[in-house]
Amino acid sequence: MSHHLVELKRLGHVYPDGTAALSEVSLRITHGECVAVIGANGAGKSTLLLHLNGCLVASSGEVRVGDFPLTRATLPQIRRTVGMVFQDPDDQLFMPTVLDDVAFGPLNLGLPPAEAEERSRDALALVGAWHLRDKPPYLLSGGEKKRVAIATVLAMSPDILVLDEPTSGLDPFARRQLMALLKDFRHTRIIASHDLDLVMDLCERTVVLHDGRVAADGETRELFRDDALLAQCRLEKPFSMQGCPVCGVVRRIA
Amino acid sequence: MASIESMAANFRRLDQFARADTAMHRLDARAKVMATLAFIVVVASFDRYTVAALLPFFIFPIVLAALGKLPTAYVARNVAVAIPFALAIGLFNPLFDQQVLFKLGSIPISAGWISCLSIVVRAVLTLSAALILIGVTGFPAVCEALERLGMPKVLAMQMQFLYRYLFVLIEDTRRSARALELRSCGRSPRLPTVASLIGFLLLRTWQRADRIHMAMLARAYRGDFHSRKVGNFGSGEVAFVAGWLVLFGLLRVYDASQLLGALVGRALP
Repeated sequence: MSHHLVELKRLGHVYPDGTAALSEVSLRITHGECVAVIGANGAGKSTLLLHLNGCLVASSGEVRVGDFPLTRATLPQIRRTVGMVFQDPDDQLFMPTVLDDVAFGPLNLGLPPAEAEERSRDALALVGAWHLRDKPPYLLSGGEKKRVAIATVLAMSPDILVLDEPTSGLDPFARRQLMALLKDFRHTRIIASHDLDLVMDLCERTVVLHDGRVAADGETRELFRDDALLAQCRLEKPFSMQGCPVCGVVRRIA
Repeated sequence: MASIESMAANFRRLDQFARADTAMHRLDARAKVMATLAFIVVVASFDRYTVAALLPFFIFPIVLAALGKLPTAYVARNVAVAIPFALAIGLFNPLFDQQVLFKLGSIPISAGWISCLSIVVRAVLTLSAALILIGVTGFPAVCEALERLGMPKVLAMQMQFLYRYLFVLIEDTRRSARALELRSCGRSPRLPTVASLIGFLLLRTWQRADRIHMAMLARAYRGDFHSRKVGNFGSGEVAFVAGWLVLFGLLRVYDASQLLGALVGRALP
């Protein structure tokens, strides 16, 4: 089970232009956990996620996935273990049709075409998008694109799912659908989001990033009760923890 | 901006036609690509003063479009767009080549006019054939067929990506152009503004390419594109290619227009 483990040891990243996006980030995420990474714009969420499957290389510190440190030699194995769903599904869907796209990963893993297709079918069925299989990506709606993007990753049967802003740009219904889907997964999940209600619903644990450092790491409900912390990190309580605006107004009128 | 939108819509229509299901669509893409390539080579191989002998070749695009149920108006409109370019190539022929070939009534027709006309006819033939090929096959399938017929993989991949991201780029351009228009208050934008808009589009495209590459690497991409499809080059495909090759050969050797003319001439006293 240890291959579901993600560990960051004093991770630091400096972009070529000199911006220090991450410094001294240490985390340990264990099997089956669902962890949210939250923070203001530019706090380093996306940079952190891109380290988890070697899209970016650490300037200092170490990334370990399972029993392996992330190095050039272990990269293929780690990319199989960590499935990454990018923020903009248009970046992720590059093949002529949905089915071609979902089969892209399994075929790269060397599976025979028939089996790759079977896996793709299962993944598409799981996200409820099998009926879209022959469509080109540009004819999909935002919610459909997101679900297909998740299927492309699921088809590779990863142990760890990393999602960058999974609900951004979705209508309320598509958002609910996606959240229900994510809730059912048994993978280790790491989700970066500004959707704090999603975080409340899905993640038991939350990591708060501020200016590239870990400002807090703990139980989600506890963190959202800490007003001082939230204010310092330019965050707010999720709506579900704020008073009802309608009732509040009614009471004042009465 | 309207032109960007109509361009996108036009492109989408071609893609829609390619998803129809006719006997022509079901044919293996390689057969259609081979027949079309042969067609283009044969049409290009004629002498530069040929016009009449080229006309029977219209049978190929017409039959393909009819069997593939492509609307004639769509094909005609898109080929018509290219005629000015063909004309520009042949435009100087009448000036340089003034030798009189024959007289139409009392008007002398020079060889230059004939070769100019020949260029336009060839352009219409080859362009309509290529457009119809994509319309009854789909661009991705054409790329794949070309690759399986020996085109370098890298080139096939580039063409695939070009096609996929053309739609995204058109959307992007449309948004930027609209934003520019809304803040120009009816004035036409200045050249430096447009230049910087195009520059930013390029940079954004660059960033996107980076992200796509990351997404590909994240899904175990190691430089090879694998295909799900197993080709099916059966007897139908062989008959299709062979039939057209024979017809092209016959039309290349015998001038069907002249034969028809002679026949009609003999029948009428």
